[in-house]
Amino acid sequence: MINSSSDNVRKLSSINRRMFITGSFKFLIMIGLVSRLFFLQVKENKKYLTLSDKNRIREWKLAPVRGEFHDYFGNVIAGNFEAYQLHIIPEQVEDFRYVIYRVKDLLELSDKQFKKVLKKKNEIKPWETLIVSDNLSWKKFSKINNHLYDLNGVKPVISISRNYPFKGNFTHLIGYVSQANENDIETNEQIKKNFVPGLKVGKVGLERSFEEKLIGSNDIERYEVNAYGRRISQLEFQKGEKGKTLRLTIDTEVQKLANELLKDQAGSICVMDIYTGDIIAMHSSPSFDPNLFVFGISEDDWQLIRNDPMKPLVNKTLQGNYSPGSTIKPIVALSALENGIVNTNFTVNCRGHKHPLELYGQSYHCWKKEGHGFMNLRNAMKQSCDIYFYEIARKLGVDKLSETAKKFGLGKEVFGDLFNIEKKGLVPNTQWKKNALGQGWLLGETVITGIGQGYIQTTPIQLCLMTAQIGNGGHKIYPRIVLNDQNKETQIDKFIPLYENSENIKIVQDAMFASTNEVRGTSYKSRIDDLKYQFAGKTGTAQVKKITARDRELDLKTFEIPYEERDHALYVAYGPYKNPRYAVSVVVEHGGSGSTTAAPMAKKLFKLIIDRHSLRESINDKKYLEI
Amino acid sequence: MIKNIWRFKMYQHTRLTNNNFSFFSKFKNFDYILLTCILLLGFISLATMYSTDGGKVLFHTKSHFTKLIAFTFMMLVFSFINIKFWFSIGYFSYVVVIFLLIWTYLFGITSSGSQRWINLYFINLQPSELMKIFIILCLAKYFHRMKLEHVNSIYTLLTSLIIIILPMGLVIVQPDLGTSLLIAISGIAVIWFAGINHKYFIYTMLGFVISLPFIIAFLKPYQKLRVLTFLDPDRDPLGAGYQIIQSKIAVGSGGLFGKGFLKGTQSYLEFLPEKHTDFIFTLFSEEFGFVGSALLLVIYAIIIYRIIAIGAGSRSYFAKIFCYSFGAAIFVYITINMSMVLGLLPIVGSPLPIMSYGGSSMLATMIGFGIVMSAKVHSQQSIA
Repeated sequence: MINSSSDNVRKLSSINRRMFITGSFKFLIMIGLVSRLFFLQVKENKKYLTLSDKNRIREWKLAPVRGEFHDYFGNVIAGNFEAYQLHIIPEQVEDFRYVIYRVKDLLELSDKQFKKVLKKKNEIKPWETLIVSDNLSWKKFSKINNHLYDLNGVKPVISISRNYPFKGNFTHLIGYVSQANENDIETNEQIKKNFVPGLKVGKVGLERSFEEKLIGSNDIERYEVNAYGRRISQLEFQKGEKGKTLRLTIDTEVQKLANELLKDQAGSICVMDIYTGDIIAMHSSPSFDPNLFVFGISEDDWQLIRNDPMKPLVNKTLQGNYSPGSTIKPIVALSALENGIVNTNFTVNCRGHKHPLELYGQSYHCWKKEGHGFMNLRNAMKQSCDIYFYEIARKLGVDKLSETAKKFGLGKEVFGDLFNIEKKGLVPNTQWKKNALGQGWLLGETVITGIGQGYIQTTPIQLCLMTAQIGNGGHKIYPRIVLNDQNKETQIDKFIPLYENSENIKIVQDAMFASTNEVRGTSYKSRIDDLKYQFAGKTGTAQVKKITARDRELDLKTFEIPYEERDHALYVAYGPYKNPRYAVSVVVEHGGSGSTTAAPMAKKLFKLIIDRHSLRESINDKKYLEI
Repeated sequence: MIKNIWRFKMYQHTRLTNNNFSFFSKFKNFDYILLTCILLLGFISLATMYSTDGGKVLFHTKSHFTKLIAFTFMMLVFSFINIKFWFSIGYFSYVVVIFLLIWTYLFGITSSGSQRWINLYFINLQPSELMKIFIILCLAKYFHRMKLEHVNSIYTLLTSLIIIILPMGLVIVQPDLGTSLLIAISGIAVIWFAGINHKYFIYTMLGFVISLPFIIAFLKPYQKLRVLTFLDPDRDPLGAGYQIIQSKIAVGSGGLFGKGFLKGTQSYLEFLPEKHTDFIFTLFSEEFGFVGSALLLVIYAIIIYRIIAIGAGSRSYFAKIFCYSFGAAIFVYITINMSMVLGLLPIVGSPLPIMSYGGSSMLATMIGFGIVMSAKVHSQQSIA
């Protein structure tokens, strides 16, 4: 009994001792836990708070609203419209198969489109938006709205999208927008910054050139999301800015007329203010509807545009390199006068096809079979006598001619780097030929350059600028399309003279006047006698292929020649003659002769442009801003 | 006269039924501090559960509430049962739970890759959780009458090791390493308090360190991954390291006063894994901050303190060793769980007592509390 009780005492003291040891350990560990908590929650709190916010807050960017294009009078020529779209969030749909087949029936989707939608559905998360259709007609949109009762989870949405109300009228000038591709994102910082899936960016034309200004900035939505990325609640909405609206110098009415005139023909029309350089109209034909590209063009439409023999995708105004033909003659004449090669009395006898100009065994004919007889400068220009211009070009030499031509804007881009597609044209000289072709210049080449054939190439916009600068008395102007483009504003109203002697310009102007308004002038038929509309111009007929002796014998009418071999018809003019203001260039590809095809178009254009002149003057920048 | 007889009869009656302890004196002997703490903990756990359900009374809240009420009542009933009864069922209950573990091994329910539960129709019981308590009860009885000099005999050591290793093995095969370790720790706690020589612990520890490479070689690939992740959670932040990183973010972002009740973004935006069960402390800590977490720890500390105090005040060796061991075991559960969510230990499946969702764990803990409370109520009871 005593034994057992002493054992009990020992047992108790052992257990109590161990209890104290354990207790102290527990105490220390507890303190350790509390200090760990303190470290995480108080000391490192900021770090973990940031991490927690990073976890739960996510930003969504919405597509920015694109700036618009207005014409000079404030008409919208590239605007935004509300596109009717159909969205489905798959996870909110109870029976996705049923709903999607129902939608397919209602929208009359083709099997191909339907498969595309199903493919898209598989690529996204179930709570992300599936865009079934991005541009529904009002009819289909309302049809869907009427059937919403059994289309759970289907959302009709109105979204802002690009619209070109004048369809093909401005295509080559404005360009079009389409979904941004990887290349767009990589090359343009602004696009990269504002990119959201489905963002539409300018692909060509002014839409592309002014992308940075037009694009605007995103609306930003900040959402709280859960661990699976699902949006729980909206925390913030940051409104973006609409892109800048650009006002152009274009007159929609003139542009429309240009479209009408070149309907079913390939070519280009440019109209320019000869003092401000404002482009009133600029059209390349044939055109196409830029709206087709906004939601992605269908394969059929694309093939149709691509394979058109008249090449609607080419902006002929800026990209078309044409031989200027006789439209170069004012510059040749001016150059000869300026360099003192000829005076107004210098005469050349044109004796018809039997007596062409012979040079080193090559003969150079005038276009007129019978010949013009004795020609001075005014008459030669008026009747576009080739023999006369062969002669003065020969005397002038190509280097001096090219100097004058370059002064008047040929051989370099009219708009600088505004359009990435603009061609330079070509004003040849001896140096150029040596560098480019490695050959010496031939005198025969000088001779044909004198009538705008051979190496010389110009774009329609260059011809327009050249004419404008002759029309304004030989002063340099800087063409512009966008009015509120500050970068260019500073250059205006410096009229640098391009001539040595202003008399020479007047002589050329007078000769151009004769060409249009006097009997036997090449465009006499297209004249307007009313002084208000009277204009002065120069026709041009550019050969597409060399005229052989056999062709000369046959002397076929235009419609008898295959389309591809017909001459290009050109016409440049400025008016009104007494107090000029506007210059026009018309190029009709394979249109036959300048006097029969191109000049009548200019006549119609001048009528309209001058009619609208007072209206244009009445609008100044201030008024526009107030509206 | 009549009065006296009446008194006598009443005395006799209570004596016969309650074995020297009247019902009211039992009430008086209750440890109200412990009871208050348990109820407080129950209330906190309920509120936290409500938060995990996203501020709505949903399945987890309801289920937790029902279990809390039922098991608290059970605990109170257990406190009135004489400590002698618990002594008497020490071996029997152990055998029953062993049987249940075998049953689990044979016919158990498999969920997320391990076979831990048996279906009792009204509850899915996890016998391994019960073993955490009944192994203490069994070993406490085993050492109760043993003389101190016999404690360190080979025979005793082997017997107690077998008692520990048998359920461990049955739990490891489920597989459930976490619980089997906790069972082992419960058992080792009893052996420690029983007075086994320090040197055995030191030798075991040395042996463990030496054999560590071999143990690692035997670990399952997912267990190895956990250890590697513990050493560097950032090696796979969206995979293996995700749980611990998100857990630390939740705790750390709580700050001094927390984000506020029902405002724990980490939890209600579902960044937290296992937020009902093992990671419940993370949610609590995120919403109530350092102050709340420290307060919770204080409540646990008081509970453990009371358990030890009850043991110290008990007359019987059995009650003493049970209370000390249970206190140590509870402490280890809490420590392991918290160290795990605070990134101090690799991830092991171990619930936080009372706080975590899970019927079996709460049942086991409440049985433990019930026995401790019974020891308090019957503190003067000696066991022959």
